[in-house]
Amino acid sequence: MKIACTVNGRARTVDGAWEGESLLSVLRDRMQLPGSKNACEQGECGSCSVYMDGVLVCACLVLGGQANDRTIVTIEGLATGTALHAVQQAFVEAGAVQCGFCTPGLVVATHDLLARFPEPSVMQIREALAGNICRCTGYAKIIDAVQLAARRIAVDEHSAR
Amino acid sequence: MEFLQPSTWTEALQMKSAHPEAMPIAGGTDVMVEINLDRHRPASILDLTRVTELNQWGADGEFLRIGAGVTYTRIIGELGDRLPGLAMASRTVGSPQIRNRGTVGGNLGSASPAGDAHPPLLATDAVVELASVGGTRRLPVREFFTGPKRNAMKQDELIAAFLVSPAKGPQQFSKVGTRNAMVIAVCSFALTLDPVRKHIGTGIGSAAPTPVIADEAERFLEGVLDEGGLWEKPASVDASALARFGELVAAAAKPIDDVRGTAAYRRHALAVMARRSFGWAWDEYRTKASE
Repeated sequence: MKIACTVNGRARTVDGAWEGESLLSVLRDRMQLPGSKNACEQGECGSCSVYMDGVLVCACLVLGGQANDRTIVTIEGLATGTALHAVQQAFVEAGAVQCGFCTPGLVVATHDLLARFPEPSVMQIREALAGNICRCTGYAKIIDAVQLAARRIAVDEHSAR
Repeated sequence: MEFLQPSTWTEALQMKSAHPEAMPIAGGTDVMVEINLDRHRPASILDLTRVTELNQWGADGEFLRIGAGVTYTRIIGELGDRLPGLAMASRTVGSPQIRNRGTVGGNLGSASPAGDAHPPLLATDAVVELASVGGTRRLPVREFFTGPKRNAMKQDELIAAFLVSPAKGPQQFSKVGTRNAMVIAVCSFALTLDPVRKHIGTGIGSAAPTPVIADEAERFLEGVLDEGGLWEKPASVDASALARFGELVAAAAKPIDDVRGTAAYRRHALAVMARRSFGWAWDEYRTKASE
């Protein structure tokens, strides 16, 4: 089947997708966007977190055809050229990246959290990231990274005024 | 696999009639797991996410009528004040990503004994609206579940909506699991206090072949409150009555031993949850009554 949607600001079309294929497979295998990771395929790990029409979702639980005419933003769409997004930069600096497999999903989920709660408490961070599993870090440095990103974004917005 | 994507409710019902084997999909949080892990490969799939009628809610007489496609995130954000019990249960569903996609309609369609929405729907006497090209029928949720992952839907029917009264008093929901997020309930319990009808509503999840109510426990507690005139003059409820309420809730369950817990643990936990839920709800009722 044919799937047409906007991905990271570009109109994209794929032909010949299987009707039962997830948006995650469409992104990774047919659009050459391997940033969203494929781990559990059942919505448990959050590694495939993307935005669909501005809503944080697990791409593995969206049927490809459901993404028709929708607007998708993946981890590849957060940076500006080679300049990392503040959330990405904070993950690097805080040591929140070890093996890196969960990182794209956590960065997208953090991006969504900070859009909703610019100054999240630790409890709000834990709750917002509860669907993203990391097996390396023990989460302490991930929470540090979220707080660092929140501070940086607040400062940037302040100086932009 | 055939992919069907109706854009209106009428079209959706016509497609379901023409393809009774079609698997409906909304948020995909159950259906996609089956497909991804190759547990089930439906011959055709009916995407309901374009049907705007399913994403709406509003007043229907004294009820709220909530489209089957309204997500848990929206129930929490838009209906949390009117449906506090269902909102509490919705907050325990999966993760933000799952709540952004998952729907109560899908929970009813899957009819898992562990579905988080089911106990509050039972405790509030909710009604499920089913539709086909032949017409619409409304079925009390207490008659909807017929077995593990089985419900009373006919092959050509789709779930249009559920109807529920806005809360008239305190509601509670509790759930036992190994984490605070991303868990399938070991067991769960919902409680509704309706001071207008002088009614206690209950719902038990994950502790019987289907979600069930604790009928005898409801009648017992109503009797205790009536006898003591406690709805009018809310004093504390005797500890022995609360213990009995817990026992009766546990007795209404038919749990099994499985990977998530033993039958004995589930019975014990249900008695504790029932007692505590009533305690929290009654405290709230007494506080409001004394204001």
